[in-house]
Amino acid sequence: MAKLRQIAFYGKGGIGKSTTSQNTLAALVEMGQKILIVGCDPKADSTRLILNTKLQDTVLHLAAEAGSVEDLELEDVMKVGYKGIKCTEAGGPEPGVGCAGRGVITAINFLEENGAYEDVDYVSYDVLGDVVCGGFAMPIRENKAQEIYIVMSGEMMALYAANNIAKGILKYANSGGVRLGGLICNERQTDRELELAEALASRLGCKMIHFVPRDNIVQHAELRRETVIQYAPDSKQAEEYRELARKIHANSGQGVIPTPITMEELEDMLMDFGIMQTEEDREKQIAALEASKAG
Amino acid sequence: MAKDHANGPEELESLIKEVLEAYPEKARKKRAKHLAVTTATDEAPDPVTGIASNCDAAKSNIKSVPGVMTIRGCAYAGSKGVVWGPIKDMVHISHGPVGCGQYSWSQRRNYYVGETGVDSFVTMQFTTDFQEKDIVFGGDKKLEKTIDEINGLFPLANGITVQSECPIGLIGDDIEAVAKKKHKDIGKTIVPVRCEGFRGVSQSLGHHIANDAVRDWIFEKPESEAAKSYEPGPYDVNIIGDYNIGGDAWASRILLEEIGLSVVGCWSGDATLAEMERAPKARLNLIHCYRSMNYICRYMEEKYAIGWMEYNFFGPTQIAASLRAIAAQFDATIQENAEKVIAKYQPLVDAVLAKYRPRLEGKSVMLYVGGLRPRHVVTAYDDLGMVIAGTGYEFAHADDYKRTGHYVKEGTLIYDDVTGYELEKFIERVRPDLVGSGIKEKYPVQKMGIPFRQMHSWDYSGPYHGYDGFAIFARDMDMAINNPVWGLFDAPWLAAPAALAAE
Repeated sequence: MAKLRQIAFYGKGGIGKSTTSQNTLAALVEMGQKILIVGCDPKADSTRLILNTKLQDTVLHLAAEAGSVEDLELEDVMKVGYKGIKCTEAGGPEPGVGCAGRGVITAINFLEENGAYEDVDYVSYDVLGDVVCGGFAMPIRENKAQEIYIVMSGEMMALYAANNIAKGILKYANSGGVRLGGLICNERQTDRELELAEALASRLGCKMIHFVPRDNIVQHAELRRETVIQYAPDSKQAEEYRELARKIHANSGQGVIPTPITMEELEDMLMDFGIMQTEEDREKQIAALEASKAG
Repeated sequence: MAKDHANGPEELESLIKEVLEAYPEKARKKRAKHLAVTTATDEAPDPVTGIASNCDAAKSNIKSVPGVMTIRGCAYAGSKGVVWGPIKDMVHISHGPVGCGQYSWSQRRNYYVGETGVDSFVTMQFTTDFQEKDIVFGGDKKLEKTIDEINGLFPLANGITVQSECPIGLIGDDIEAVAKKKHKDIGKTIVPVRCEGFRGVSQSLGHHIANDAVRDWIFEKPESEAAKSYEPGPYDVNIIGDYNIGGDAWASRILLEEIGLSVVGCWSGDATLAEMERAPKARLNLIHCYRSMNYICRYMEEKYAIGWMEYNFFGPTQIAASLRAIAAQFDATIQENAEKVIAKYQPLVDAVLAKYRPRLEGKSVMLYVGGLRPRHVVTAYDDLGMVIAGTGYEFAHADDYKRTGHYVKEGTLIYDDVTGYELEKFIERVRPDLVGSGIKEKYPVQKMGIPFRQMHSWDYSGPYHGYDGFAIFARDMDMAINNPVWGLFDAPWLAAPAALAAE
């Protein structure tokens, strides 16, 4: 058995982390890999496309019902989905109460201690939004995920979040050995999207792993709680995910320590691409607007 | 061997330098600001003590230096342990994991009259006992359940306070919403207190937060029946900042009542919720522990136009001066009564001084305590002929040190937020005849061969307030200092051979 590879998907909320990761993992399992998914999002939607179910019972909810996490057995929290992919969800509190970060730490420790990581080739963490607190940095810390894949798009805030996550990786890169695997661009059809993604990748010193084109078939599959790989295995989009899976598989050990940039540098980059206006241009525009009103 | 205050300011200055040598440069710079020797001042001497010294040199109320052993407590200690804890007919929940409440359980010796577990709850420990799932999913539901259980099990509890431990602030539980909801459900006063331990630099912020909670959740709520039905009299006063440690408040209350005043409320030793609620009906607030309760006095002054004054009931000199000053706020009858009371107790004072002063005369004392005692007890020692060699506060602010200048002479060693190391070195080198501090300091000091009294808990004795308290105070100091055990401190086989030969 090859050495266990632990990877994690991070990115701005709503960018398509869970969809991208589940499709990629479905493609990886086709390549004969044994996979464990650890969903680290209180929404607990990191495994629904693999399990073809609504939502899975989470570690933390079951623990709360049973009394404490020590009262749980691994079988209670681990479900097997598409082609044998093992699925777990950390879960967490409803929005606005408690501490979801602590929940992630508790859940991951439980899974590890109870042998969930045995007999798999890949552990994949799917982590909510930005790295908001220590708990959500758990997969980056303590030698958990070796490679982080940041799902992003050409949108300003997605780029900003990607850069922030790179900062989090940098913080733990020297102590824990975590590396940035690369960027995965989930097409949003913004201006010069591919170029922008590549530019950010080069600024961060990492690879642009794959550009996943936008295709409505993803939506169709998702409405049926399936991955594209399962729903339309012969589609062009399924092939895209297979390509992404191959690239990630081949990227083993090739992660980098990222070189995140400042907010100013990020804005400068957007200006260079003509996406964001410089202040001069904006002033000109306002002047023109006022002139036209006056006229 | 035993040296006294005559060490001189130069020697003490060089001792400070020497002690600071142990620190790395950055810590040394920081700690240097907290250590000083009092100097002369142009200010007029205090009318009671006849003393004026400049005690402003010590910096205070600043974050402790990481790595040192500070003797301070936390905001939770200040609120639960000091201000709220002694209110006897309310249940005080240590909200969070079990440890904070468990290890601070009943440590302040706040005496009270009542049936514990029936109508009084001071020496009981209530906690929501947070588990991991309460952290992850939030503890509001558990808090509600706890309040319901308390209400069911202890129907005579008149109210409940929620004393927040650190995790409550970290996970952002909405304890205010729970308090409002449960108040509607059970109709009792419920006070949420945001005294998470990580807030502020010491217990001092906890006092302030607790005072603010009294303001927001008692005074600024609709007037209670207890307050409405109270008919104020012309001689109504509140005792503020007396926690009835070993019965202190009782010994104080007797004197005030003897001079003809009526004590409406005693905050918060042996207090009830009704006493808190009625406090705004009083004419005057008499404040003993200025540090922990000046905030609410200032508020009552602003809102209800009640004046406040500080007083000191440690030792006959200060008691007499305080009784006269308090009486001066009232009419001639009260003033005459004050003189009568002072005269009445004079024989007791004379007897105590006749017995103990010869045994204690000239003995030196180093103090390290909390809110008011590092200055308030000084005159009591002085009455016994004892001298203060050094004193310091755990959590004082600048105004406390300012006041200390009226109690200690120039050339007194001052140490603010002293570290374990510093205090030990100071004691070792000054070698006072007595050290007064807390339980953590007691045994190391006694092992140095120096008599010690706990000055937080009165070493399981007390009261020390009032005339009755002074007699006990004098006895206890004598008992510590003149205990024959100190003559047996050196092992006989270590005695000089000459002495052995002489036998």
